Amino acid sequence: MTSIQFMWAAYASVWIIHGAYITVLVRRYLRLRREQDELP
Amino acid sequence: MKRAFLILAAVTALLLIYATYQALVVAPTERTMGDVQRIFYYHVPSAWTAGCLFFVNLVASVIYLIRRSSWSDALAASAAEVGVIFCTIVLITGPLWARPVWGIWWTWDMRLTSTLVLWLIYVSYLLLRRFSDSAQTPVLAAVLAIFGALDVPLVYFSIWFFRTQHPQPVMGNGGSLDPRMLHVFLLNLGVFTLFGALLCWARFHIETVRRQLDETRALEALLDDGRTGSSPARSTR
Repeated sequence: MTSIQFMWAAYASVWIIHGAYITVLVRRYLRLRREQDELP
Repeated sequence: MKRAFLILAAVTALLLIYATYQALVVAPTERTMGDVQRIFYYHVPSAWTAGCLFFVNLVASVIYLIRRSSWSDALAASAAEVGVIFCTIVLITGPLWARPVWGIWWTWDMRLTSTLVLWLIYVSYLLLRRFSDSAQTPVLAAVLAIFGALDVPLVYFSIWFFRTQHPQPVMGNGGSLDPRMLHVFLLNLGVFTLFGALLCWARFHIETVRRQLDETRALEALLDDGRTGSSPARSTR
């Protein structure tokens, strides 16, 4: 791997991690909203 | 509140795009390391944000131990989780920088090892919260958080106290940084701090809603028990 490929790998991994975490947060929130709506 | 959050999220997203553009395109290429040095613009701000979030976790944990307030426990849990995300990034981007510069992915020097220990402590903290059902869990977690936070200054000062392969600070203490690099670095530092605060806010809100939902369910279960308890079938037991 060249120097610039390491740089791209680092930047990509940062956004993959943040993207995955934001997806987890959104899914958690939507599930809670659904459960709230299901309450009598 | 929701509107304010969405506006802040949009502003943060734009700032992140701008800061990334500055880091990849505008900042000058470092003479000896080349483009791989640009990892620094994400690596250091991530470490800083993780440190700030672990500090928030510490303060919230101390408040919880003193006041036993639910909000401080929720804030401690949220800050720790987001802090672990940023600390994970530090532990991934560091070796990706080290491999082309040092020729190795990892070395067991004090800065790297103490950062890994910090990550492990807060992962343990999250696992404790996730898998323990005891009513004492928040107290145990708060105590663990206080011990975990002791590692944060150790990570920070390790490059002064111990012989380490990790680069020394480029600002202050005789270090110097090209003004254009400094501008991009400070921009990323600010934007990452804002992004960390935003994620913590979102996580805190989710935690608060989850607790409210749990309380409502517990109350309903109690009311149901009360109703069935007063019924003839139950009272004959």
